Amino acid sequence: MTWRVLRRCAIASMVAAILFPLYWAAVASFTPESQLFGQVDLVPARLVFDHYRAVFTERALGTAVWNSLVVAGATTLLCVPIGAMCAYALARLQFRGRTLVLASVLAISMFPQISIVSPLYLLLRELRLIDTYAGLVLPYLTFAMPLTIWLLVAFFRQIPRELEEAAFMDGASRVHTLAAVVLPLSWPGLATTAILTFLYCWNEFLFALCFTLGPERYTVPVAIALFRGQYQVPWGQILAGALVATLPVAVLVFIAQRRIVAGLTAGAIKG
Amino acid sequence: MMALPALGLIGVIALGPVLWAMWESLYLHDLRMPWLGHRFIGLQNYVEAFSDPRFWGAIGHTVVFATVSVTLELVFGLALAIAVDSMRRGQGIVRTAMLLPWAVPTVVVGLVWRFIFESPAGLMNTVLAGSRVIASPPIWFADPLAAWTPIILADAWKTTPFVAILLLAGLQSIDRSLYEAARIDGAGAWRQFTDITLPLLMPALLVALVFRAVDALRVFDVIYVMTGGGPGTATEPIAMYAFSALLENLRFGYGSALSVMVFVITFLLALVAIRRLGRRALVEPVS
Repeated sequence: MTWRVLRRCAIASMVAAILFPLYWAAVASFTPESQLFGQVDLVPARLVFDHYRAVFTERALGTAVWNSLVVAGATTLLCVPIGAMCAYALARLQFRGRTLVLASVLAISMFPQISIVSPLYLLLRELRLIDTYAGLVLPYLTFAMPLTIWLLVAFFRQIPRELEEAAFMDGASRVHTLAAVVLPLSWPGLATTAILTFLYCWNEFLFALCFTLGPERYTVPVAIALFRGQYQVPWGQILAGALVATLPVAVLVFIAQRRIVAGLTAGAIKG
Repeated sequence: MMALPALGLIGVIALGPVLWAMWESLYLHDLRMPWLGHRFIGLQNYVEAFSDPRFWGAIGHTVVFATVSVTLELVFGLALAIAVDSMRRGQGIVRTAMLLPWAVPTVVVGLVWRFIFESPAGLMNTVLAGSRVIASPPIWFADPLAAWTPIILADAWKTTPFVAILLLAGLQSIDRSLYEAARIDGAGAWRQFTDITLPLLMPALLVALVFRAVDALRVFDVIYVMTGGGPGTATEPIAMYAFSALLENLRFGYGSALSVMVFVITFLLALVAIRRLGRRALVEPVS
């Protein structure tokens, strides 16, 4: 009996530890700049929207949100269809070197991004793509493509082979089988993969920091990381920006919690 | 044949740049001094790195950060996973809460924790001073050693729940009847943990360890927004030194050499890991 109570307390305190920093940031983002430090008010007396107004008018955070949406959206739209074809081949077709290909897909998804910054920078500079959307989507493909392939291979393997074999028996071609049998069955996998790809792109920082030059092309993480005040750190605005950056991912997590967990564990454990 | 477009793309955009970076690292290429040109200098960039104290400092910071944070994350992640696994009701809500830190942008995590540790009047110092645990809390970001505390806390906060989610999936695939049998044989909770849970969870633990270690060795975002590598270069990881050589000093040859070394370190680790874990996972799905 006491064990159960203890365990509940432990879990409750861990959940509190997880949620508190976000809550604290949210409270601070609604607090006037002059009252941010010193006193600890767990529940704000009143909400002040000044910081939110300021980030969208003075800091052009709206532009950054738009940039992030364009880049993350375009990367996702490019990766999922192409990745699906490739993953299907890797999951179903038998060919020599298949394991090697899978292993290298996994290895590439683990590449540290910094290790390809210098060639990508030189390449994008040569193509005059620095500070453009294409100049971000292209680098994002380097991590998003292996990720989608790796996740989708895991999902396609969960679809029973027998269904496809039945389609073959009825004389359907491989491409037709993919379109008529596999895709309808695997849309949960495709949706999960799209969500995860979008999340990774939305959160990406290093490439966006390296390959953009100014606020017109900054993505949200870069924009808020580079908020500067004249004399001091503009904490209220930074935290308001942080909340704006967090809102879409929080919504995705609430909607698709189950799918995301399935995707993470499928990619990591079931392989 | 359907695989060709994506594989070709991967080959061109992921492998190509790595080889290019290796090639570039053999050159003297300083964009600030274009008159020096683009001269082949062999391994001189590497020789320079090996005699550069800032390079060794950055390597040391990276390795210590990775060791400490990954250890903390695995220990607490395992505890969290076991606690959640034993819950009868409400797992869904707890899991949503656990997923949140993983999904929040790393930059945001760093900024929020920096705000909490901001001195002298940030939340952490107010609480510490109020509770009189420490007489005078440090100015966290001005102290070369104390500055690591918020960094590691932020990283652990973000990724411990992620580790727990991975481990939870592993825990839930363990056959419950094993515990039943152990209980009948008189094994206590600790015996059950060491003799059933740990060995059967080992594959999941190893996967989590590898994913986290590879990720921690290339740490950049969280430190960039929290300390910028400072005070001085006291918290500068190797990825940040490479970034600064490339994009702040525009020394592309030397910066490439540094980033190739980040690549080699993480890649060796990943390779060892994939060889040890991968065979089973890659050849056929585990069901």
